[in-house]
Amino acid sequence: MINEQFDNILSKSKVWGWVLEPDAKRIMHTAGLAVPRFLYAETAQEACDFAHTIGYPVVAKIVSPGVMHKSDVHGVEVGIDTDEQLTNTFDRFSTIEQFHGILVEEMIHGIELIIGATIDYQFGPMILMGMGGTGVEIYGDVSLRMAPLVEDDVTSMVQGLKGRPLLEGYRGADSINFGELTRLLMCFSDLVMKLEVSIDSIDLNPVFCTSDGCTVADARIILK
Amino acid sequence: MNLNPLFKPKTMAVIGVSLRNDLHPANVIFNKNNNRYPIQTYAINPKGGLLHDETVYGRISEIPEKIDLAVIATRAELVPDIVTDCIKAGVGGAAVISGGFSEVGRHDLQDRLVSIARDADFPFIGPNCLGVYVPAYMDTFFLPIERMVFPPAGNVAFVSQSGGILVDQMIKFKEEGVGLAKAVSIGNKALIREIDFLAYLADDPQTKVIVFYIEGFGEDEGRNFVQAARTCPKPIIVLKSGKTPAGGKAVSSHTASLAGDYESFFAALSQHGIVIAHNELELVAFCEALSSYQKPIGTNIGIVTGSGGHGALAVDACYYNSLTVPSLHSDLQEEIRDNLSPSSRDIASTGNPIDLTGSGTDDDFVLTVRLLSMKDDVDCIMVLLLPYLPGISTDLGARLSAVYKQYGTPIIAYVPHVEKYQMLIEGFELNGVPVSQSIEGTVFMAKALRRISR
Repeated sequence: MINEQFDNILSKSKVWGWVLEPDAKRIMHTAGLAVPRFLYAETAQEACDFAHTIGYPVVAKIVSPGVMHKSDVHGVEVGIDTDEQLTNTFDRFSTIEQFHGILVEEMIHGIELIIGATIDYQFGPMILMGMGGTGVEIYGDVSLRMAPLVEDDVTSMVQGLKGRPLLEGYRGADSINFGELTRLLMCFSDLVMKLEVSIDSIDLNPVFCTSDGCTVADARIILK
Repeated sequence: MNLNPLFKPKTMAVIGVSLRNDLHPANVIFNKNNNRYPIQTYAINPKGGLLHDETVYGRISEIPEKIDLAVIATRAELVPDIVTDCIKAGVGGAAVISGGFSEVGRHDLQDRLVSIARDADFPFIGPNCLGVYVPAYMDTFFLPIERMVFPPAGNVAFVSQSGGILVDQMIKFKEEGVGLAKAVSIGNKALIREIDFLAYLADDPQTKVIVFYIEGFGEDEGRNFVQAARTCPKPIIVLKSGKTPAGGKAVSSHTASLAGDYESFFAALSQHGIVIAHNELELVAFCEALSSYQKPIGTNIGIVTGSGGHGALAVDACYYNSLTVPSLHSDLQEEIRDNLSPSSRDIASTGNPIDLTGSGTDDDFVLTVRLLSMKDDVDCIMVLLLPYLPGISTDLGARLSAVYKQYGTPIIAYVPHVEKYQMLIEGFELNGVPVSQSIEGTVFMAKALRRISR
């Protein structure tokens, strides 16, 4: 059943070479990873209705098979507080190439991590975890392990990060929930082992971590 | 596949000797084994005849004895038929020295060779390699014997994709006193690959440390290699070339960009307890340290020195290599000071580093190292020795080694490597305590010991 859902999404996405964010999040959710409440909306009205359901403020993101890196085309709007702002954002996004719709979701906060996977030619599935956000490639503060992970791997991955004090509660802040982080990475590792033959790489970035848990705010699956 | 014929042959045939050119690779190999090593060696050339009064056989089947190892150094096109002959004659295995296979685009020829050998379960090394060197036993390198530098016999086995790197590291081993059990250059590694040698060397009683120089693995081969390494009880060291990031290569995800070939290589090997040498200085230091001490240790280093500057540099190098130099318990410091000779007692520093100063004597070093060895404050002791100090004698190496033997806390020494101090150095090395010629080298040695246990 689960595998069938994965197969349907993967075969539908093949034409684009990657899985659009709403579908990628469905896969993550099915695999046991927490994602924000979200709706894929094709009209501004649908978007506003959903925003009322979950309550403002919300985040809106472009959904387009031509836009893999949304920030590059200003395709992410955070902190939207009103129907008017949301409608304006919808209109602006609809001018971006290959516009399909928008993704509306609740605002999430926390420390930004990146969790990712690649299929290495020599070593097969590899799992990456580190300090996330748009500057991830500049700072390069990440740990890498061969999958499948065991729980000790997660501990040593955290220890390998320069940013570890930020996760453990820097200057009076709360520590993130390492139990949830471990659970998320173990579920993700299982998922990657399942999808190995179909995927090239996966970015979950950012994953917002707090003392309560870890939520996958963006997901990108690149297919082989 | 049985690799014993490659490393322990009793008989060897060198195929492709020249009757006119004694610098031909086959002649060099034949001559050195025939003249110097205890293996019965035969020369082969289809023309037959005599080479230095030794019979040259026309083909392998004419040799009156069963041949364990064929060393093949002919033109590449002839090799598949020669291997077929060897198989028919019941030869145990081959080292194919000849180049001219996939490294020059002749994948067809290499594939043919592999398929012939695989069908017959016939092990061969290479092609395009130097083959095997075992100290005082065999040497298939086509390098004239007087040009080579031979390290002492020891317990390190070295498997190298590059013959040049291997021969060069043998020179470095000699300089640093690292003992070699076996060296094998695997060239194109067409049939027998790193993972096969790993399995063989894991069971080889002469080998305690296994070293690889690797340029790259095939698809998923790295995964199989690290999984095999995890179950190997012996320390494994890998030097990898090709560390440059794929700069500019278009990748669509952050993860693919951050987890390049080398990053994945490094991560997967470290995760499975393999020690990665980043350069040849680390490689030699790691080999020397692990050939003495195979048991993983913690990160706490004690430093005993005759000079404050040496101690300070060592602390810096420890810091940069993720080793800690903890301060010692005050009662241990007191005990050390109470036992020092009057000349150094009042001027020594007993924190960590323990600086016995230029007035330190042999006895001061021995008792300090003994006291450190008896306590749990440190996992490894670095002794920075300046043999020109008046209170230090050439006996100190052997005396400190005896402390190691008694208490089991690893000792690593720094002594400048010049002829004059050789007896001090040998006092350590011949008693199983590694000595580096640089402070940084001693720190690299300690770093190798703290490899994660599998």
